[in-house]
Amino acid sequence: MSKLVSVLTSNWEKSDSFTISGYQRDGGYKALEKALKMKPDEVIQLVKDSGLRGRGGAGFPTGNKWGFIPQGDNKEHYLVVNADESEPGTCKDTPLLMANPHVLIEGIIIASYAIRANHAFIYIRGEIVHVVRRVQQAIEDAYKTKLLGKNILGSGFDLELTLHAGAGAYICGEETALLDSLEGFRGQPRLRPPFPAIAGLYAKPTVVNNVESIASVPAIIDNGVAWFTSMGTEKSKGFTLYSLSGHVKNPGQIEAPLGITLRELLEIAGGIRAGHKLKFWTPGGSSTPIFTDQHLDIPLDYEGVAAAGSMLGTKALQIFDETTCIVRAVLRWTEFYKHESCGKCTPCREGTWWLVQALADLEAGRGSEADLDKLLDLCDNIAGRSFCALADGAAAPIISSLKYFRAEYLQHLQNGGCPFDPVAATLFQGSLT
Amino acid sequence: MSDQLTTTTDVTLKIDGFEVTVPKGTLVIRAAEKLGIQIPRFCDHPLLAPAGACRQCLVDISINGRAFPKPQASCTIPVENGMEVKTQLTSTVADKAQKGIMELLLINHPLDCPVCDKGGECPLQNQAMSNGNGQSRYEGVKRTFEKPVAISSQVLLDRERCVLCARCTRFSEQIAGDPFITLNERGALQQVGIYEKEPFDSYYSGNTVQICPVGALTGATYRFRARPFDLVSNPSACEHCASGCAMRTDVRRGKTLRRLAGDDPTVNEEWNCDKGRWAFKYESARNRITTPYIRDESGVLREASWPEALSEAAKLLLNAKSAAVLMGGRATLEDAYGYSKFARIALQTNDIDFRARLNSNEEREFLANARPNATYKDIDDADHVVLISFEPEDESPIVFLRILKAVTKRKLAVTVISPIKSRGTEKLKANFISASAGFELKAIEKVDGLTNRSVILIGERALETEGLLSSVEQLATSKGAKLGWIPRRAGEVAALTAGAIGNLLPGLRPVQDAKARVDVQTVWGINQLPTKTGKSTDEILKDSDVILLGGVDANDISSSAKSQLSNKKIIAMDIRFGTSTEVAHVILPVASVVEKNGTFLDWQGKPRSFESAVESLNRSDVRILSMLADEMKRPINLPTVKAAANEIAQFDKWEKSTSNWHVSGTNTENLNLGPTEAILNSWRLLLDRGSLQEGEDNLAGTARKTIIGLNRTKAEKLNLVEGELVKISADSVSISAPLKIVETEENIVWVPRNSTGAQLVSKFSKPSGIKVSVSKA
Ligand SMILES: Cc1cc2nc3c(=O)[nH]c(=O)nc-3n(C[C@H](O)[C@H](O)[C@H](O)COP(=O)(O)O)c2cc1C
Ligand code: SF4
Ligand code: SF4
Ligand code: SF4
Ligand code: FES
Repeated sequence: MSKLVSVLTSNWEKSDSFTISGYQRDGGYKALEKALKMKPDEVIQLVKDSGLRGRGGAGFPTGNKWGFIPQGDNKEHYLVVNADESEPGTCKDTPLLMANPHVLIEGIIIASYAIRANHAFIYIRGEIVHVVRRVQQAIEDAYKTKLLGKNILGSGFDLELTLHAGAGAYICGEETALLDSLEGFRGQPRLRPPFPAIAGLYAKPTVVNNVESIASVPAIIDNGVAWFTSMGTEKSKGFTLYSLSGHVKNPGQIEAPLGITLRELLEIAGGIRAGHKLKFWTPGGSSTPIFTDQHLDIPLDYEGVAAAGSMLGTKALQIFDETTCIVRAVLRWTEFYKHESCGKCTPCREGTWWLVQALADLEAGRGSEADLDKLLDLCDNIAGRSFCALADGAAAPIISSLKYFRAEYLQHLQNGGCPFDPVAATLFQGSLT
Repeated sequence: MSDQLTTTTDVTLKIDGFEVTVPKGTLVIRAAEKLGIQIPRFCDHPLLAPAGACRQCLVDISINGRAFPKPQASCTIPVENGMEVKTQLTSTVADKAQKGIMELLLINHPLDCPVCDKGGECPLQNQAMSNGNGQSRYEGVKRTFEKPVAISSQVLLDRERCVLCARCTRFSEQIAGDPFITLNERGALQQVGIYEKEPFDSYYSGNTVQICPVGALTGATYRFRARPFDLVSNPSACEHCASGCAMRTDVRRGKTLRRLAGDDPTVNEEWNCDKGRWAFKYESARNRITTPYIRDESGVLREASWPEALSEAAKLLLNAKSAAVLMGGRATLEDAYGYSKFARIALQTNDIDFRARLNSNEEREFLANARPNATYKDIDDADHVVLISFEPEDESPIVFLRILKAVTKRKLAVTVISPIKSRGTEKLKANFISASAGFELKAIEKVDGLTNRSVILIGERALETEGLLSSVEQLATSKGAKLGWIPRRAGEVAALTAGAIGNLLPGLRPVQDAKARVDVQTVWGINQLPTKTGKSTDEILKDSDVILLGGVDANDISSSAKSQLSNKKIIAMDIRFGTSTEVAHVILPVASVVEKNGTFLDWQGKPRSFESAVESLNRSDVRILSMLADEMKRPINLPTVKAAANEIAQFDKWEKSTSNWHVSGTNTENLNLGPTEAILNSWRLLLDRGSLQEGEDNLAGTARKTIIGLNRTKAEKLNLVEGELVKISADSVSISAPLKIVETEENIVWVPRNSTGAQLVSKFSKPSGIKVSVSKA
């Protein structure tokens, strides 16, 4: 049996996959017709039964999230789709939107119908201008085809869909910062409670879901719960997009059932780049503790990765081979977090400022072994002490790298600098001489 | 906060092993305070919405045995039954978490305590000692900024000291409704800032300096002036307006160096306005009077000894055909009582008036017979607040904050009847009814939705329209609504209560009521009191030949007051040279507020007592009046403030009043306005040319600019464009200022009453309600 699944990616190879005609030709918007004939609560129940879990990182059951929206409260409800995708290594929502924006739009209409929202928003990362344009066009086409607007498919259900481009801040992917940003404020996380389901966008009940979560819904409606739950593992049902990047032969997105292992994914991707071997990798983006070649057979589902001490996160597998200096890689990530810290809370704002300086010293071979313990203690004062999860993410690569590669840190100190040739880790390695 | 007050259910939890019961909704950090357990904090402030930003207050929490996986910010978590909290005192995790945060907070902090204004009273210093590690492990580069940034002429920001707690920004947004400072940038470069070229334009900006937990925000005037441990702090009361703020006056070597808002939940909560905070230099100004003076035959003032001056004053008063007392509105209750008793016993007359300002007979009747009863609490509970001839943000700023709080927290309905839509009215999201001075009676008819939970607040300016005070009182009575009369000055309610007015004796006792007089005679131990109703300010100015002026500025009364006074024999009691001393024959110096004990009554009638903050040879008015009365051999026996206070305590409030004092106004329907004419309207801005603000340049820098306001249609008809210099004239005098388009009626022109270049009272026959012509300047 092939380990591969082809649902979200089924039409990616076709030249017109992103057009409304191409999408409809291949069965697109059929699930919508079906869903609109169901009662909203039935749609929620179906998604609950499918066991679909949020693909934005935390893995929260999507149907349950929808079920939290109070009904009959005479308030507007909103659906907000999180397309901010800025986590280092994560590159699944962007290609999905590029190749098949309509599957998201179809999912949005179904989800909005289920939670009784008449206005939905897509908050999209502003830097990816070409994708913004593509989604904009898709929305326009959906309006023209009367799939958006008033009385969709004669069901009496109305939906407006607004695309909003962010201004380039990782923190605006955090759902409450996203809502502030969408409202026109500076994106900083909000105090919870109240949770968005009670007081979200403009203080109205709001569901925030990842692009992939919502895009997975039409197929579930189409094919049913049994089909979906036949894939995946006990508590992590269905299929998902894994994005492989770094030192692999064929980087890119691989759609597979949850629970696949890196060993299997690497096989599909053609393995580590020729002549090299796996050194470390992230299971779910830079915010998840790293793994090494000991973890090749960990099932990549929520439980399996957690049991091994990390998180499935966004399923962004960044692969590093033995040419990569761990200290250098971790420092680069840390610089990212320092740059992206929103500044609201002390541990993250000040902590990332300190971490960068501490790691830069270590990379340059300055310091002693005691500085490694100080670094770990510093991470202990940052992770789990901050206002939102960004700071946890900042500490994760440092703590996990010290767990697996303490010796390599020490080597820097003994060596008085980095023992690696940075060019060796690049893709243009060898082509410069 | 309010949800704590309204809840009835209690919650019991354990903190560090001790059980405590608090109302539902209480935050863990507050519940701990109740046990005397101090959790360190920076961003937390009991009157601001929680932010959870600094993370200094982390504690371990479990609920019914289920522990949170990581420490929680105790300033954001409400208590629950079955909760068990372990603070730094009993949890090593919480203790380490707090110390870790403290270390992080300090890595980018300059620790320039020796040159920082906050040093010695700094929550960061204190808590770094109590909840931090002795030594930092940070060896890196600190963030630096250019310093300081002036975010207004009176507030300076040193960004490198800021701990980014967002107290200042939350205060400005949530309490003052002036969101003119915000946090900008991100990460470690996050900083407090203002909009480009838009300064922190708020009447309440000083509160941010006070609640800043570090020395990041400083007041320009106090900056680098003192060390807190060299200051002596005294609880005090604000003398600037009738809001009645509790204050703290900090003094070093006999000089006030700063004033802070005091803490009184029933009045100013923990806030005050910038005037109360930053206008106090007048008391040590160079024009303070330090010795008595007598004007010699050639008309020149010469210094005199106290015995000589008192004897000269006594002679003048005893030889008068008709002696009278005029008072400004700033006297304390005890001093006002001194004037009141002095008039009755030493001058044997009821010719006394504390209203050395615009006034009317209707007002005097209103003051004697209406019984305003509204309080701050009534505003908190009101279903509707109506403001008439009263612009609270300018004329009683803490009343404004209280109304704004109810608007913000529970969408209180507010109606404002005023000539123009002010910024305050906008902030209150009020239903605005535009009405010119003289025409408010029609506007009142438009007010509906009044119940016995409603509050009508009427300002001192209501007297400027005949019949207005009467109609408003009748309206309030008919609806059972609460009525509040809010004069501008801090001493007016006390002076009224003391009987410093021609128709009343102490305790609001009518002069014309024999029983009332007997009450007073009993306390005073005399058997006769003058029975004729006394003259009012205008009559005194016309008819009396010798006048004792207590803290009077002729320019507050009218454009003719000064020349009227110059034809009389004047005894001036005052703290500084001014219009009263220019016309005086005898000058007797008195103590300023910081130099004496006393009591103000705020607009609610609530006593605001204070004690002297600095040593001084100056004596309170009542003491000098007592000496003068002795000199006249008509003693009033009030040798001290305390003696006066004890005597005042013997007067209960006279509740009876007559109901037929009302005056019916005429709606001056037709003023026959020509096309270039409009009706003058004005009020005093909070920050203006008021004499107690003299010398406060930093404060003046934030005053709103003088403008002439017209509505768009009128401006267009007159071919005037916004910003150009325009002129209003009447009585062959004129003033000019840039035009501003305001929301108002076409026939109204609005000008601030006492601002630079626009001092209307001393210029025009009346500062409102008169016809003026408007043209290009
Ligand atoms: C710092 C930070 C960045 C995040 N960025 C994203 C993002 O780019 N896209 C996303 O879908 N979720 C992101 N999340 C997670 C969201 O907060 C939220 O959990 C998610 O959008 C919920 O969608 P789901 O339930 O469909 O997974 C981020 C969270 C944090 C703390
Ligand atoms: S952890 Fe704090 S500073 Fe960092 S992004 Fe979250 S809220 Fe902002
Ligand atoms: S200036 Fe002061 S009050 Fe404002 S954020 Fe900084 S530390 Fe807090
Ligand atoms: S509001 Fe009035 S009483 Fe309070 S500080 Fe300001 S002037 Fe003083
Ligand atoms: S005091 Fe609790 S987070 Fe700042």
